[in-house]
Amino acid sequence: MKKKIALLVVLVMALSFCFSGCGNSDKVVINVLNWGDYIDEELLDQFTEETGIEVNYQTMATNEEMLVKLEASDCIYDVCFPSDYIIEKLIAKDLLHEINKDNIPNIANIDERFLDLSFDPGNKYSVPYMWGTVGILYNTTMVNEPVVSWDILWDEKYDQQIFMYDSIRDSIGVALMKEGYSINTRDEAHIAAAEAALIEQKPLVLAYLGDSIKESMINGDAALAIVYSGDAMWCVDPEEGNPDLDYAVPETGSNLWFDNVIIPKSSQHTEEAEAFINFLCDAEVAKANTEYIGYSTPNKAAMALLDESYTENPIYNPPQEILDKCEIFHDLGDFINVYNDAWNNIKGQ
Amino acid sequence: MVKKLRNFFKGTYLGLMLVFLYAPIIVLMVFSFNDSKTMGNWTGFSFRWYEALFRDSTIMSALGVTFSVAIISAVVSTVIGTFAAIGLNSMRKRPRAIIENISQLPVVNPDLVTGISFMMLFAALGIRDGYTRMLVAHITFNIPYVILSVMPKLRQSSNMLYEAAMDLGCTPWQALTRVVIPDIMPGIVSGFIMAFTLSLDDFVVSWFATDGIQNLSIYIYSSARRGISPKINALSTLLFVAVVTLLLFINLKSIREEKEADIQRKKLKTKTR
Amino acid sequence: MKRTVFAYPYVVWMLIFILAPMLMIGYYAFTSEGAFTMENVVGALTNEMYMQVLLRSVWIALKATVICLLLGYPIAYLLSNMKKSTASLLSVLFIVPMWMNFLLRTYAWQVLLSPSGLLNGLLEVLGLPTQQFLYTESAIMLGTVYNFLPFMILPIYTVLSKMDRSLIEASHDLGANSVTTFLKVIFPLSIPGVISGITMVFIPAITTFAISRLLGGGKFMLYGDLIENQFITLGMDAWGSGSALSFILLVLVLISMAIMRKAERDAGEEGGGKLW
Repeated sequence: MKKKIALLVVLVMALSFCFSGCGNSDKVVINVLNWGDYIDEELLDQFTEETGIEVNYQTMATNEEMLVKLEASDCIYDVCFPSDYIIEKLIAKDLLHEINKDNIPNIANIDERFLDLSFDPGNKYSVPYMWGTVGILYNTTMVNEPVVSWDILWDEKYDQQIFMYDSIRDSIGVALMKEGYSINTRDEAHIAAAEAALIEQKPLVLAYLGDSIKESMINGDAALAIVYSGDAMWCVDPEEGNPDLDYAVPETGSNLWFDNVIIPKSSQHTEEAEAFINFLCDAEVAKANTEYIGYSTPNKAAMALLDESYTENPIYNPPQEILDKCEIFHDLGDFINVYNDAWNNIKGQ
Repeated sequence: MVKKLRNFFKGTYLGLMLVFLYAPIIVLMVFSFNDSKTMGNWTGFSFRWYEALFRDSTIMSALGVTFSVAIISAVVSTVIGTFAAIGLNSMRKRPRAIIENISQLPVVNPDLVTGISFMMLFAALGIRDGYTRMLVAHITFNIPYVILSVMPKLRQSSNMLYEAAMDLGCTPWQALTRVVIPDIMPGIVSGFIMAFTLSLDDFVVSWFATDGIQNLSIYIYSSARRGISPKINALSTLLFVAVVTLLLFINLKSIREEKEADIQRKKLKTKTR
Repeated sequence: MKRTVFAYPYVVWMLIFILAPMLMIGYYAFTSEGAFTMENVVGALTNEMYMQVLLRSVWIALKATVICLLLGYPIAYLLSNMKKSTASLLSVLFIVPMWMNFLLRTYAWQVLLSPSGLLNGLLEVLGLPTQQFLYTESAIMLGTVYNFLPFMILPIYTVLSKMDRSLIEASHDLGANSVTTFLKVIFPLSIPGVISGITMVFIPAITTFAISRLLGGGKFMLYGDLIENQFITLGMDAWGSGSALSFILLVLVLISMAIMRKAERDAGEEGGGKLW
């Protein structure tokens, strides 16, 4: 018996040594940190075939968790996909590598509408990857009125029928938009108003959820929920999701968000990382990727290749007049503490 | 009659508790055969997730990391923890209390704090290899659980045992391995099982402590964004079936052995008579 | 050779991998821009909402621990009275569900408890009105008990299984009935296991965070969520406040453990002592 155990231990040790050690070859390996399920993984193999650069692919679930990794003094990642306001923060902290655009000729494929945005003027540090809006996902069998305003989330008719997003910026943002304030406000009175609105709303809310909102909505557990447009794409899909669901961006506007590709300053393989970004900006690659993920691509060359079910779909490709009313998140600096206190008060009630 | 009734109640109680513990497991096993991607929405029977599972190299390598870390960390922490418990048990009150309290820190601290503190420590020590980081972190949070499992057994067993063995001519090592350790074996085994369980299931500490490597929990947590793939349900079903088969196999063997021993004993009794 | 030597490897490990990182957390809790400050700790202690959340977490953890003990002790006791081979099989069966991933198990509970879920489906079939199980405080309780029950069963079972049977027989021979035997002999002797069990359930239960989020629907903020919020949402600049929160918890737990250890000593003198 003891011998068997000893044998087992030796075996496992040997095996694990292989896991950690066998991958070392002369090839360059870039460490990519992405959101879960946010790339068509077959593209990674294609990239390695085309360039000979290996990809060590890692995933995470929230912007904030990613930020912790990028701020670490021994950050190992070469490519990452954070959202707008996080990029702004990373730039302010001087943690990003200035991209050499000569290595990314495919950046010409990107729609000018999504370049040179306020969080990264001149796209010195980031290249757009995916974008979308925040809106209301609703079940048409339970909601018999047009969804045009954030106020519907405060309607007592939908008592215990509402899912809010368990995220400070998104939920307080919705309350701010309902009250008619900017989602980047630094006015404590505005935050106090949003806090009061969310506390007033709390009895109507079935739950504050993260990722599980989508599956719960598909299963018909509630009437209304806040979701990102890209996620709404598969929730309303008749095969994968529930055909009773629909998605609307309130007429008064909403949050417009971007996930861009960046290279941390600590990266040792910036040229290879830039080759990877260039690969992602290729029209065919971007098309395959957006079809796999369901999020909207900022790549106009890829848009030209996509069929009508994408390009004519208002969830995937909302009209410009809606986008004009939308606002992008900015980094709040220390003022996030005020938001956080408000959020703690709402959740801690 | 009363005895029968009592046995019936005992059986029912254990049965109900097992149902409670296994209800969600059965749910996730059933949905591994679901045609649809969403759990809770049954659209038809299918093996497609099992086929997809074996083609998914990310899941397979995460599986390898998870199990090798769980086994190695459980073995190492059981060894260190058992010896620590034996040593602690014969220490004087003061140093013992101090060490025991510090040992509790990983249990007391939220996983998140433990994880972040590891992140800072590894950066300071310059340990960069993701696998090593994960292993060290898991061993560290496992040890207190091993100590907690072994300690009660040590208190139960007599302090004299070790000295008696030495008086009878054992070396300290022999006294330990032949007398003390067999006596506290159940505690060691349950400590090992707990360590293994905790390591298998850990997400938070692993996520913060390591870079560039992922175990199943990290994979599952980060893929929850688009709904956990039923491939994971399929994987869990396979693992579950494998574990239960193995357990039954081992235990049926020991049940049989026990029965044989019983028969032998009875024979012996009749002979002596 | 003294037996204390056996603890030395662990002591070294402990100093490097437990104490050192904790000192770093302590450093964050008591400094602000490099200078010593009590600001973080005092700030956390005087924040009414934080303390309310802490109380709620301790209360939920306490209830969950009591339920685990009430459910788990009989299981451990029944197991310990069985044939050794059957008992060891069953005791492992009680922990095997924990080998399936935590998040998956919790999602499965969501499927069971949700408004359109299996439990409500069952109620409908029986002609009963459907209930809102998910996103309630009871759901958090259920999730906590579910995830920690095996950690209560195992240590108690370990202690009970090796208990000296002759003590029980002696008690019966001396005329004690089953209840008295249990209260005066079996339970006192199992206290080390009970204490291990309580430690492994109560303390982690205070800081568990995913359960309240997934089964409680994020409506009942617990201390674990709060600490996570401070560390993650506010980022590195606010680690002081998060560290202070975990430091407060640490002190609280160490105090309660000291009390428990004293109770254990007293119980040991009463139970074990009197027997001889």
